[in-house]
Amino acid sequence: MALSPEDVKKVGNLARLALTDEEADRLTHQLNDLLAQFAQLQELDTEGVPAMSHAVPVAAQLREDVVRPSLPREQVLAMGSNVDEWLGGFIVPQVLGE
Amino acid sequence: MAELFELGAADLAAKIRRGETSAREVTDSFLGRIAAVEPQVSAFITVTPELARAQADAVDTKIAAGEAVGPLAGVPVALKDNLCTIGVETTCASQILRGFVPPYNATVVEKLAAAGAIALGKVNMDEFAMGSSTENSGLFPTRNPWNTARVPGGSSGGSAAAVAAAEAPLALGSDTGGSIRQPASFCGLVGVKPTYGRVSRYGLVAFASSLDQIGPLARTVEDAALLLTAISGYDERDSTSVPRPVPDYTAALTEGVAGLRIGIPAQYFAEGISDTVRTAVLKAVEVLRGLGATVEETSLPFTDYALAAYYIVAPAEASSNLARYDGVRYGRRTEKATNHVDLFEKTREEGFGAEVKQRILIGTYALSHGYYDAFYLKAQKVRTLIQRDFATAWEKFDLLVTPTAPTTAFAIGEKSDDPLAMKLSDICTIPANMAGIPALSQCCGFDDAGLPIGLQLMGPAFSEELLLRTAYAYQQATDWHLRRPTL
Repeated sequence: MALSPEDVKKVGNLARLALTDEEADRLTHQLNDLLAQFAQLQELDTEGVPAMSHAVPVAAQLREDVVRPSLPREQVLAMGSNVDEWLGGFIVPQVLGE
Repeated sequence: MAELFELGAADLAAKIRRGETSAREVTDSFLGRIAAVEPQVSAFITVTPELARAQADAVDTKIAAGEAVGPLAGVPVALKDNLCTIGVETTCASQILRGFVPPYNATVVEKLAAAGAIALGKVNMDEFAMGSSTENSGLFPTRNPWNTARVPGGSSGGSAAAVAAAEAPLALGSDTGGSIRQPASFCGLVGVKPTYGRVSRYGLVAFASSLDQIGPLARTVEDAALLLTAISGYDERDSTSVPRPVPDYTAALTEGVAGLRIGIPAQYFAEGISDTVRTAVLKAVEVLRGLGATVEETSLPFTDYALAAYYIVAPAEASSNLARYDGVRYGRRTEKATNHVDLFEKTREEGFGAEVKQRILIGTYALSHGYYDAFYLKAQKVRTLIQRDFATAWEKFDLLVTPTAPTTAFAIGEKSDDPLAMKLSDICTIPANMAGIPALSQCCGFDDAGLPIGLQLMGPAFSEELLLRTAYAYQQATDWHLRRPTL
């Protein structure tokens, strides 16, 4: 089930990653090499083997429901590169009424 | 007399506490060393001299006033640039995070400050910790202090190079598939990947959340133990950290290895491991046998499937973790966007390097409808088989000894065009991450070119004391840890 450059671009679209034709070609080769490696796993009989998501049992850790201060707005906005300090928000391209 | 920067962390801490030197003198010595050798090594992305001197002065003021100080008081540490630091740019060596200044500290950074340590700055890595040579840094490559034409390993290559070059006595790295141990091996250091859950991941920029652990790099076992003690422990801000008391890891180092049962798993000495490495590691095993350990060959049959399973699980988690880099909330943004989809796609195209894109794509594919069962679910089941392999081993053995990496440090550029060959570099280290167990790398010799060789110790969950004690016994019986690169 080798991937084509079109398949790779489609996966890129799912990951919101624009790829040039050249990148798509190179990545197609690399991904097909890796997929060939992964085929090795199909040799293993994993019938009845539970899937492992974490190495240690992870239980939901609940804390006391106490109000605590959040980060100040200006500190959070300082992480982004396009903000409006007067409005107090991140600026993005128009998303409604396009 | 030795320069201060030539000393290890335990010695520096003792000298400062006794008043033979000050935190400020120590800090200035390391800042001077950084200025002198950084043009050859390129370990640091950001050096923070003002912050370091202010922290040092605060330690000295406390000592002068007779106040109690922490176990690392005045000891400088280099931080991998995927650990969040208030007010100091944190890039993960990625163009996409250029300009990202975190509003909080990682828990380990807070713990180091509480222990009195001095933060010297942020060190280089493979972009988002994806790689095994630090050549995937989106900023610049780092060089191996033992031979500057060679890679320092990765992804914590900046951490390892900084300590090997005596630019810092200690560094923190992170290890998802070998990223502390493999560079420790390439640079002749001690590197520890703790048990999953031993160290809080809060403030560590996530790569593969079920595999990532933060850990120490140092030139000696006692220094690694000192740093591990300072950073370990439960943290309510990381739901995967384990509520379990933290021992003083330096306390039991001298107990020796008499009576310990050591397993030598055949799969880790198979084809693909260089003869030089195999010979050096087996010689080290003989040293441990001479110190009273019993040694027996064993087999972990599912080891051979660990690499393939890892390259599904880690990218799957990464593709999800890296979805947050959308050009809005963190770091840089494309200037070419005309609509919001464009904004995401172009920011990510411009900001991520080739290796990161490859892993996002493989992860997205493995999680996508129709392939999830064949890839992701299958890999998670294989992960269980790998963990069972280890569980069986612990019925017979206290710990396992293997090579850390198949080779010594390779040349810069040698594997950068061959992603599969690069990935094989992690073949011995990946299983410990998959099973969540602790593992340690230490130097066990040098090849003909004068490059360090690493051996790996692996033990059951939360057996860090046992690993450190074994490593210490080996270190005291040999003198590899005393060699220094010439720069």
